[in-house]
Amino acid sequence: MSTLEIRDLHVSVAGQGDEAREILRGVDLTVDSAQTHAIMGPNGSGKSTLAYSIAGHPKYQVTSGAITLDGEDVLAMSVDARARAGLFLAMQYPVEVPGVTVSNFLRTAVTAVRGEAPKLREFVKELNGTMKGLSIDPVFAQRNLNEGFSGGEKKRHEILQLQLLNPKIAILDETDSGLDIDALKVVSAGINAYREVPGHGVLLITHYTRILRYVRPDFVHVFVGGRIVEEGGPELAEELEANGYERFLPAEVMS
Amino acid sequence: MSFEVPTGREEAWRFTPLRRLRGLHGDAPFDLGKIVTAAKADPGVAVMHPHHGDLRNGSAFLPQDRVSARAFDSFEEATAVSVPAGLTASQPVMISLRGESAEHAAAAHTLVEVGANASAVVVLEYSGSATLADNVEFVVGEGASLSVVSLQDWDDDAVHLSHHAAVVGKDATFFHTAVSLGGSVVRLAPSVRYAGPGGNAELRGVYFADAGQHLEHRLFIDHNEPNCRSRVTYKGALQGNGAHAVWIGDVMIRPEATGTDSYEANRNLVLTDGTRVDSVPNLEISTGEVVRAGHASTSGRLEDEYLFYLMARGISALEARRLVIRGFFGELVGQLAVPELADQVMTAIGGKLEKGLS
Ligand SMILES: Nc1ncnc2c1ncn2[C@@H]1O[C@H](COP(=O)(O)OP(=O)(O)OP(=O)(O)O)[C@@H](O)[C@H]1O
Ligand SMILES: [Mg+2]
Repeated sequence: MSTLEIRDLHVSVAGQGDEAREILRGVDLTVDSAQTHAIMGPNGSGKSTLAYSIAGHPKYQVTSGAITLDGEDVLAMSVDARARAGLFLAMQYPVEVPGVTVSNFLRTAVTAVRGEAPKLREFVKELNGTMKGLSIDPVFAQRNLNEGFSGGEKKRHEILQLQLLNPKIAILDETDSGLDIDALKVVSAGINAYREVPGHGVLLITHYTRILRYVRPDFVHVFVGGRIVEEGGPELAEELEANGYERFLPAEVMS
Repeated sequence: MSFEVPTGREEAWRFTPLRRLRGLHGDAPFDLGKIVTAAKADPGVAVMHPHHGDLRNGSAFLPQDRVSARAFDSFEEATAVSVPAGLTASQPVMISLRGESAEHAAAAHTLVEVGANASAVVVLEYSGSATLADNVEFVVGEGASLSVVSLQDWDDDAVHLSHHAAVVGKDATFFHTAVSLGGSVVRLAPSVRYAGPGGNAELRGVYFADAGQHLEHRLFIDHNEPNCRSRVTYKGALQGNGAHAVWIGDVMIRPEATGTDSYEANRNLVLTDGTRVDSVPNLEISTGEVVRAGHASTSGRLEDEYLFYLMARGISALEARRLVIRGFFGELVGQLAVPELADQVMTAIGGKLEKGLS
């Protein structure tokens, strides 16, 4: 049983000049393992900023507030230490890394997170099996990480990493965007397989209820202007789909 | 010998820090400096140490600048390796040039001849501490094949100005890989010309400049015969204040060199602030009938985004850099003619990375 706690989180990003711009304005959120939370909100409201801030991206400056995982101060940890502590971020835009093969990368990551190198043969077996479950062609293992992958292929590989790294809390930033219908089912099944294991929590950022039909959330949060403005159950997602965000937007933002 | 002392304003010298050369470009006397040379080869391969006046007629060396001319006039004993026609040397020929002190300038000369249809691998290893000017000649006979790995594995204070000049025979193959990791200033000028049609030259390089290091590679391919091929691929990394890499790729395709196929590329990976790269490809084409002639030069930052992505998967900063660097150099290092050297080079690169992060 794990708990990710976010308290009154304020985050700024350095703008074009030197002026820092505040993007997160007091986020409060608690994600327990065994729970699935969905975050929905308009473009530019700060959802990815929240995800990156939890993962520790250096561009985002936490100006106040706290993030803890099982009481441990996440903000004091380096990016790699956060991952080893059990946090995982499936990125909205996975990065292409030239010259580093998928298999070499995954073995290095698995070694770092598990604290010991898996035996090569066992690792190859595990990798092949996991790739098969996500309908990923085995030739991808020898390709350079994300290089030239299609949008959907990148997202599948994020879920491949999720399954191999087996974190306590997974943050999935628009993992459903850019997936065709079959891929959405495969990826959802992958997320569900991860969720079913006790001790695993999910924070899922999305624009669409489509994925929420496969990955049923326990809680839905509406994210507007850098904070959570409403919380509810799965029915809230349906309401957003029908009516949009209009009723949550302050008049002056509507320009 | 009518080469003037360079002032630093000449095109050929404008990137080189003359003040750090201990007079090697000027009049530094060579009589006190000492380089210990050793060579090891198959019994079938002749290794000799001719005195200055006795360098056999295999030598066709024509100095192209003051430093190489003075070195050619001043060396006492050359190392001359000769692979007889038709022989395939079963072991790499190992030639080591080891300096014991950088205090006095030294000169050296090396000649490698590979007879017609013979085949050999030669490793040149420069190490220790020195202020060295040297010339290396490669004469590759008709239909022969020569692969050279030149390791510039100097101590931190070494200054090394070097010319590697190859003459590639008809239908012959010449591979040359420069690996420059150590030294304060290393300026290496590999050049190729052809002695007949059908020659193939591949020049590769791997270098890693860290704080204060000046690593300069000046390539010259003279396409003076028809239907010859050349490939130049140099890759380098830079880290730390004052790390400076210079790459000059001059390719000349003469009017008679019809059917030339030439391509050169230089890629630089910048790991930190405070470094400087000068990368100048230069292609001069005087015939309309080339198969291919092109060049590319790129210098990029090691993207923070790569590091973030890898670290977000639990990989430490050092390990993440190592992964990216291995990927960057992997192919070139993997192609080294002596596989055991690949590990040695990767380990040395890893060591430099670690030093840079601490
Ligand atoms: N690195 C950055 N530099 C400058 N501005 C940034 C940076 N990252 C985010 N922003 C700005 O912060 C705001 C929130 O961006 P964020 O990516 O978090 O939005 P989002 O809710 O994920 O949007 P979307 O639904 O389009 O993915 C935007 O106005 C964006 O332009
Ligand atoms: Mg986003």
